[in-house]
Amino acid sequence: MATLHTVNKSPFQNQTLISCLGHAKVGDSVLLMEDGVYGAMSGTAMSEVVAGMGANVKLFVLGADVSARGIDASRVAEGITSVNYEEFVGMAASCDRVQNWL
Amino acid sequence: MSIVKKFLYVNRKAPYGTIYAQEALEVVLIGAAFDQDVSMAFLDDGVFQLTKGQDTKEAGLKNFSPTFRALGDYEVTKLYVEQESLDERGLTLDDLQDIQWEDEDDDYAEKPSIIVVSRAGMADVMADQDVILSF
Repeated sequence: MATLHTVNKSPFQNQTLISCLGHAKVGDSVLLMEDGVYGAMSGTAMSEVVAGMGANVKLFVLGADVSARGIDASRVAEGITSVNYEEFVGMAASCDRVQNWL
Repeated sequence: MSIVKKFLYVNRKAPYGTIYAQEALEVVLIGAAFDQDVSMAFLDDGVFQLTKGQDTKEAGLKNFSPTFRALGDYEVTKLYVEQESLDERGLTLDDLQDIQWEDEDDDYAEKPSIIVVSRAGMADVMADQDVILSF
C-alpha cells in the first residue's frame, strides 16, 4: 500500500519537502516537481538532509522541470531517478494514492 | 527637471514555479522608460533566475531567461547577486548566464552586469536606495 508524494516547493524557501519526507512511509515514492526540483540538486545546503531523510523512500524528479531551470542532469543527486510526464502518469496510476504537498 | 532616484528590484523567488520572477522583469523593463537609476538584486531562490541553459520546451513554459541579457540595452546594468545565496544552492558564477552591457562612455566596451556581493554587501546596496520594490 504505497503512496506517491509530490513536492512542488523549493526546500530553500519553506519546510514542505522536510515535512513530506518526515511523513512518508518506507517504500513510498516522492516526486520532486516544479520548484521542488531544487531539492534534487547535489552539493547544496539541503543535499545531505534530503539524502538522509529520503533514505527509506524512492526519490524521483521530473526531468522537464529540471531542464526548464537550467539544472544540468549531472547535478541531480545520486539515487534520484529522473522521470518524464508519461512516467509520472504511470506512477500516479499504479500507486494506491497520491498526496500532493502543496 | 525630474529628479533621478535609485530604484532596487529585489528578486527572492525561483523562476517558473510562481509568476513573480517574470513579473519583476516586466516591471523593470517598463520602469526603464523613466530614466531612473535602476538596479536589481538577486538573493535567496532569486539567484536561480539567472542560471544558464534553461530549456523550458518540455515543460511547456515561456523561457524568459534570455531577457536578462537585454537589460543592458535598457540601461539596467547593475545586477547584484548574493554570494551566500549561491553557496547554499551549490552554485557558482560559472553556473549563471554571462550578462553584459555596452559602456558608451568607454568606446562601447562590454562589461559584466552581474556584481557578486556578500550578504553584508547586499545590505549596504539595499540601504543605499530611494525606492525598493520586492518580488
